[in-house]
Amino acid sequence: MPLSPFAGGGTVNGRRTFLRGFFSVLLSGGAIGGILKILPSKADAGEAPPKGQNWYGFGVSVDKCIGCARCMEACKSENNVPREPFFFRTWVERYILRKNGTTTVKAIAPNVEPSPETASDKSILRSFFVPKLCNQCASPPCVQVCPVGATFQTKDGVVLVNENTCIGCRYCIQACPYGARYLHPGTRTADKCTFCYHRISHGLLPACVEVCPTQARVFGDLNAAASPMSRFLRMNKIHVLKPGLNTEPKVYYASLDGEVR
Amino acid sequence: MNPELVHTLRELIPQIQGYIYPNEIEIHWGLLIVVYPYITGVVAGAFILASLVKVFNVKEVQPLYRLSLLTALAYLLVAPMALVSHLGHPERFYEILLTPQTSSAMAMFGFVYAWYLMAVLLLEIWFVHRTDMIEWAEHETGLMRHIHRALALYSRDTGDRSVAFDHKALKVITIVGIPSAFLLHGYVGFIFGSIKANPWWSSVLIPIVFLFSAIVSGIALVILLYMILTPLTGGKISMRCVDKAIDFLFYAVIVDFSLELVDFIHRVYQSEEEIKILSEMVMSKLFASLIIIQVLLGMLVPLTLISLTKIFKKRFHLNEDLRKMVYFVAVILIQFGIFATRWNVVIGGQMFSKSFRGLTTYKMEFGGIEGLLFAIFLLALPILILAVLTKILPPWKEMHGQPAPEGVEAAGS
Repeated sequence: MPLSPFAGGGTVNGRRTFLRGFFSVLLSGGAIGGILKILPSKADAGEAPPKGQNWYGFGVSVDKCIGCARCMEACKSENNVPREPFFFRTWVERYILRKNGTTTVKAIAPNVEPSPETASDKSILRSFFVPKLCNQCASPPCVQVCPVGATFQTKDGVVLVNENTCIGCRYCIQACPYGARYLHPGTRTADKCTFCYHRISHGLLPACVEVCPTQARVFGDLNAAASPMSRFLRMNKIHVLKPGLNTEPKVYYASLDGEVR
Repeated sequence: MNPELVHTLRELIPQIQGYIYPNEIEIHWGLLIVVYPYITGVVAGAFILASLVKVFNVKEVQPLYRLSLLTALAYLLVAPMALVSHLGHPERFYEILLTPQTSSAMAMFGFVYAWYLMAVLLLEIWFVHRTDMIEWAEHETGLMRHIHRALALYSRDTGDRSVAFDHKALKVITIVGIPSAFLLHGYVGFIFGSIKANPWWSSVLIPIVFLFSAIVSGIALVILLYMILTPLTGGKISMRCVDKAIDFLFYAVIVDFSLELVDFIHRVYQSEEEIKILSEMVMSKLFASLIIIQVLLGMLVPLTLISLTKIFKKRFHLNEDLRKMVYFVAVILIQFGIFATRWNVVIGGQMFSKSFRGLTTYKMEFGGIEGLLFAIFLLALPILILAVLTKILPPWKEMHGQPAPEGVEAAGS
């Protein structure tokens, strides 16, 4: 297998690997084995973090988020995400649940003060902000569908896109249940949150986590018992988004409302 | 950056209903991806019509045999163009063949396509035309003689043994070909049907619905071509043939319609969390293309027209010209209906947000690679290719109902 150009490794498809696999299937009746491999061998196969190495996760405290949008701003600057409001690696949604049962949601825009009407408006039951980003699924549908292996999962559990081999077919954008991917208008390849892989592989925090004034965003190694991330998981009741789809997200939400999806 | 794209997206903002995820304003699979399953559908359908002659020995539709094979080839050659030109990086298309991700349904495209083109369609066409090409070359001069010689791979053997081998080979290829045609289009359906993130697509019925709509569009298109080309080339339309082909079309439409109905009822009955946004989408954004064009004009009207001819043909000896006209209208309507089906699946699947709280909108471009002009070009190109193919491998004799060259007739029996 050719060495991955990405620190942390990962399974980047190689021509040699493909050919080797192709011929071994031909020679060994491997097709049967290949089909059997599709079946999940363990119920929680995707989630079990390999011991002795990093397995990154992300925590979001819905109660702490004040919707200041500094995370969105930081992400756009850090990762060269286009400034226009159609391309986001992370965004913050504002939920307003009213007493009559209706829910309104909108994505807040950076640099715009959130309107403070909630305190005076008596029809509002509750209102909160939900930061969203790539869920870095343990069983990522985007990796499954990428026809050329340009989207891949590193050994530490981060899903990345190799923009040098992505053909821009956008199958991964269709397969992502969280709307976390977009086609970068400059590179014409798929793009999404990388957990700021260039930062975390040097021991830094993702840009959005670093700028968050209320520590609503938490990042760390799920394998390390002492990391802020493990503490976050211990101290809160945790939910993930769309658990029914079996994508096993690694972005964990505390105080998540059932209305959020 | 792409200022044009940003400008287009800005124009779409006022048309968004409810809440959509911020990355979802742009519809990623546009008109070209609508054209793609339509084209592969025609391929599969036309081939299955040809197989009726070969495997099921339906003598009446023999005049359509060669035409449907050539139609299938003409459309198959255009199918990958729609896909490749839609890519963000068309120049990297070969990556899908060299480093395919084995877990990806789309990665198999090249292999399924190559199998169908090389192992089924080209082989069948070659064996059907081999003795003819040898015969044509004998009476020709100049370039055509060389083309036919080369295409026949310089074989000269028209002896009984080799002809018998042709027949045997044809039989085998067709038998392998039917599941392959199913594979080709069922596979296109699977690309959509396996996306669990999208409840409009994610259904086991999708590949099967794709298959039957493929059969419908292929048969309808070959009938249409036959009805246009025969008079143009100085022949007379054989009503026995058209009646029989319309029969098959009629049953295929009924099966297709029932499957779509089952799918619809199943969704409404299950009524999962996405049902509200889907019904809102059907009633607003897709009303014209789904209810009016696909169901009403594309299915119910042609079904009624064909049923009426069936009822009145025997009772009142329905005038042949009138019947021809009714068929003509029916097959054209069916084409529009199937194209609308593809539109509703592909575009519809991207109009609602995966937050299930809102709808975005699709604005078709006119020029450009993703635009209407290019799509029309791609839809017209197979007809041009077919014109060239009929110059090289003329199917007229068979279409005009003259005794088919010995190869074909005997192979059917």
